[in-house]
Amino acid sequence: MKSAVVVFPASNCDRDAAVALERMTGNKPHMVWHADSAVPDVDLIVLPGGFAYGDYLRCGAMASQSRVMRDVKAKAEKGVAVLGICNGFQVLTETHMLPGALIRNAGLKFVCRPVGLEVTETQSAFTRKYDHGQRVVFPVAHGEGNYFADEETLDRLEGEGRVVFRYAPGDNPNGSIRNIAGILNEKRNVLGLMPHPERVVDPLLGGTDGRALFESLIEALP
Amino acid sequence: MKARVFVTLKNGVLDPQGKAIGHALQGLGFDGVGEVRQGKVIDLELAERDAAKARACLTEMCEKLLANTIIEKYEIELKG
Repeated sequence: MKSAVVVFPASNCDRDAAVALERMTGNKPHMVWHADSAVPDVDLIVLPGGFAYGDYLRCGAMASQSRVMRDVKAKAEKGVAVLGICNGFQVLTETHMLPGALIRNAGLKFVCRPVGLEVTETQSAFTRKYDHGQRVVFPVAHGEGNYFADEETLDRLEGEGRVVFRYAPGDNPNGSIRNIAGILNEKRNVLGLMPHPERVVDPLLGGTDGRALFESLIEALP
Repeated sequence: MKARVFVTLKNGVLDPQGKAIGHALQGLGFDGVGEVRQGKVIDLELAERDAAKARACLTEMCEKLLANTIIEKYEIELKG
């Protein structure tokens, strides 16, 4: 599987993502700078965590206007898989590649800790190697991860099986509506999630629950 | 022409910062403070001199970048 990681000014999980991708797929990902006009031909594009453009105006707002995102959007429309983690999820909502928005955590604090999640959808290229309802633990590290969308959008996301990860009952770190932690787009080739699967692929770092996400992609993508 | 754009959260969107400000005001002894909502003010200078055209241009700016209309609403004020 060939992959690319987009690097924005102030991305800070780009190397974590690259290490996880190399370890899991055996191939080094392309690192693509935000001002580049095109992403190489790959099977998976990762938008990493961080504070792209210093979170100016709104998290992800400036990054959504960057040159590279035009090509990411075009490639996603052609079916290339896109994984947005944390700040990457914020960029995907600002680009309208995913519905809704991520607002300030309900408790106002930056939350940095492992959280319990439920895999609520396994009919996706990102989660097919998990069991439906499986409990996993991924770390979160964000100040604005509080997912919001109107009721109609939420009902539609749930009705179409597009809510892939939810915070486990009692473990919602940010006030996200309906405990939503990660969602798919309509074509199911774009996933955005606030928790960090790329930080749990090595037992040395405290867990391996994220491995199945990459194993799913390896199995699903050419 | 100068313009000022107000960007505020839509009704029904949680505003934890506004809530914290409200609590702080109560803590300072300002009784009778109800709901507090925080927003942004963006001041712009425009080359455009025609008010209608400036307003149309600002509306496009708000829709494309200045506001996230999923959670925010905006108001445009032109200043001569």
